Amino acid sequence: MEIFDALMQGFATAVTPQNLLLMMLGCVIGLFVGAMPGLGSVNGVAILLPVTFLVPPTGAIIFLAAVYYGAMYGGAISSIMLGIPGASTAVATVFDGRPLAMQGKADWALVAAAVGSFVGGTISVILFTLFAPPLADFALKFGPQEEFALMMLAFATFIGLGGDDIPKTIFSIALGLVFAAVGLDEISGQPRLIFFDIPGFYHGINFLVLAIGIYGIGEILWTLETSQGDVRVSQASFTASRILDAFKRLKSSTVSIISSSFLGYFVGILPAAGATPASLMAYGVAKTMSKDPDSFGKGNITGVAAPETANNAASTGSMLPMITLGIPGSPTTAILLGGMIIWGLRPGPLLFVNHPEFVWGLIGSLYMANLFTVIINIAFIPLFVSVLKLSFTILAPIIFVLCIVGGYAPTQDLHDVWLIVIFGVVFYLLRKLNYPVAPAVLAIVLGPLTERALRQSLVAEQGNVATFVERPLSAIILVLAVLLIVLPVIKMTKHKKKSAAADDGPEADES
Amino acid sequence: MTKPSILRRLVLLPMVALCSLAVTAGSAFAWEPKKPVEFIIMAGTGGGADQMARLMQSIIQKNDFSNQPFIPINKPGGSGAEALRYLQDKSGDDHIVMITLNSFYTTPLQNPGLGVDISTFTPIGRMALDTFLLWVSSDSDIMSLDDYVMTVKEKNKDWKMGGTGQGQEDSLLTGMLQNKFGFEVTYVPFPGGGTVAKNLIGKHIDSTVNNPSEQLGFFEAGKSRPLVAFTPDRLKQFPDVPTSGEAGHPDLVYFMQRSINAPPGMSADAQAYYIDLFKQVFDSKDWQDFCASDGIFCDEWLAGEDLAAYHTAEKAKHEELLKGMGLIQ
Repeated sequence: MEIFDALMQGFATAVTPQNLLLMMLGCVIGLFVGAMPGLGSVNGVAILLPVTFLVPPTGAIIFLAAVYYGAMYGGAISSIMLGIPGASTAVATVFDGRPLAMQGKADWALVAAAVGSFVGGTISVILFTLFAPPLADFALKFGPQEEFALMMLAFATFIGLGGDDIPKTIFSIALGLVFAAVGLDEISGQPRLIFFDIPGFYHGINFLVLAIGIYGIGEILWTLETSQGDVRVSQASFTASRILDAFKRLKSSTVSIISSSFLGYFVGILPAAGATPASLMAYGVAKTMSKDPDSFGKGNITGVAAPETANNAASTGSMLPMITLGIPGSPTTAILLGGMIIWGLRPGPLLFVNHPEFVWGLIGSLYMANLFTVIINIAFIPLFVSVLKLSFTILAPIIFVLCIVGGYAPTQDLHDVWLIVIFGVVFYLLRKLNYPVAPAVLAIVLGPLTERALRQSLVAEQGNVATFVERPLSAIILVLAVLLIVLPVIKMTKHKKKSAAADDGPEADES
Repeated sequence: MTKPSILRRLVLLPMVALCSLAVTAGSAFAWEPKKPVEFIIMAGTGGGADQMARLMQSIIQKNDFSNQPFIPINKPGGSGAEALRYLQDKSGDDHIVMITLNSFYTTPLQNPGLGVDISTFTPIGRMALDTFLLWVSSDSDIMSLDDYVMTVKEKNKDWKMGGTGQGQEDSLLTGMLQNKFGFEVTYVPFPGGGTVAKNLIGKHIDSTVNNPSEQLGFFEAGKSRPLVAFTPDRLKQFPDVPTSGEAGHPDLVYFMQRSINAPPGMSADAQAYYIDLFKQVFDSKDWQDFCASDGIFCDEWLAGEDLAAYHTAEKAKHEELLKGMGLIQ
């Protein structure tokens, strides 16, 4: 009951007029920041950090956490409505969110995103409340070997994502991995793959650059081509009964939403992972577990709910190592951590003891921020949907400009803008050749994390590969990964044999 | 009715005089920024340099030290190569300043092709010296630097030292230790000091040379043990931890400087303006409080030519260190 008392105290802190106002303001700013391509929660929190030195630390963290939180919701909006990931955490939301919007079911996708976010956020904040100290101990057990195993698990969840054509999927993954390797090698500090000695490659290829290229520019080209210029996005008529309908449809996603909440939370608390891998993994798991995996990528409502649930759960999760261990679980929490140090609050195991009003105030406000954002989100759905009423000849230039600005904003380097355009065209062509593009996006996100963990493990163990299976935790995760790879492959070969037998073979070559 | 007006005059006159004085004093300061100032950070978001830049920004803002805002921009590419090149290319620009790490010295040394000569940069002021300590887990039997050297000599490559990237501060200090004591450890690089600290507590590595701020949380919770501080004087947060000098090795001293520098060829008036501005930041209570809680030295202010001389000495020291580690010829 001690926790309960502390939590009540936290609520009391969170509902003081000033903190409540800061929380609401933060959520709204976050929604906007998240919805603007290129402006993610990282930028939002970094820009607003100095402003918070004007209020007490508890108010400041409530405000910034609300921005972080709101951005997780906001990212879904542009992913669904415009087909450009508003933030890196919302890339997986595009996979099914965009097709849904094109089919005139944008409101369903938005409801799925909002409800998923709410459930994910709430479950993870409850876990946070009840099990913070033991979970922090668990996060400590994660060394480089375990991180590597976890990344293998993430790749495994995606093996089925590319569809039936395994060679093309592997090609796509390899392409992503090559892009991920560009820049300075983290272990030796040496430059790698600096094409034509262009200095812009020194900072590597940001994953958002690839994602905006593929889903922003590539999508415009795709839509223009398939429609021969005569684009009519089917409009969503928005009524209360449709919203209710959306809720009913979401029932089929219940299992997925709940499992994504736990998945997102656990990936979030592990240092160095964060909400982006969490949302991609949740998507992969949802697809693998689905009875109808073929409908993913073509407008499956679970494909929106799962990643959105996971990214909110992970954003809450990543606050745990920040507060208890002083290590950021995501780039955004790295900035929040900086803020805490400047406010004179030393993160670490003793923060709960020394500054309970701060920690519990934050936790209390997370519950409220969740409720608040889901309400404004659903209330604004008609407004968001009205974007689709614009004709595509107006919408396309707007999307194009947003892509360019979104690519320029994070690094302020025109080099990245050119890359976006090139990626847009190249991946549009690849798509025409039936290459799946999502695996490339996954690879560029997970590639650097995987490489780092692999090399750290091997350096530390002087090249002993057995270290991955000698450590129990990493061995367990690796076994799970192998299972996840094997299952869909078996399913697929069975499926192929069947269809091959039915059609007497020829189709197998083509697909 | 006349009385108050006389009174008012009595009060007003000196005030007007004061104001006009202030105006002339102000105009003696011929230069003021005419547009927002770019505050370049040669590292990513969330690190030490980033925290400091954002704190300075807020101090400037809160106290109205400047008529124009300072806008922090991270240019982390290539261990600061991107930021250094940017400054070099912006020669003569009066509206850019940059906060440094020691990569200010090491990056140009390791990338001669970068075309950056830091001795041409305009020195503003040194804001702080970040300190380093040698850490082990509190479950370890090692109690002193002597214990440490004995154990590590036995283990050599089986001893895992964690730190930030190769060629960065942690690895240079590790190189110093190796040269000094003649052991050879396995150096495991991690993306940031916080992650290094966590891996020590999780026992995935055996020792680290973390900054105080990175380990303080764990230290206070009794999970890590500092063996020695690589400083000439004891640190306020760790009054019981001996310095390297007390442990018999006064040459084992290493700092990371945090200084403000501007592009080459900045006008003298602008340089004077920024020196004065950052001196005010340096003297502010907020800055000094931050230094005290973060375990860094902010006692001595160096500016202009003094800072340039300091840079020259430090650059030479780093060149030697990098050569000793075989990272440059």
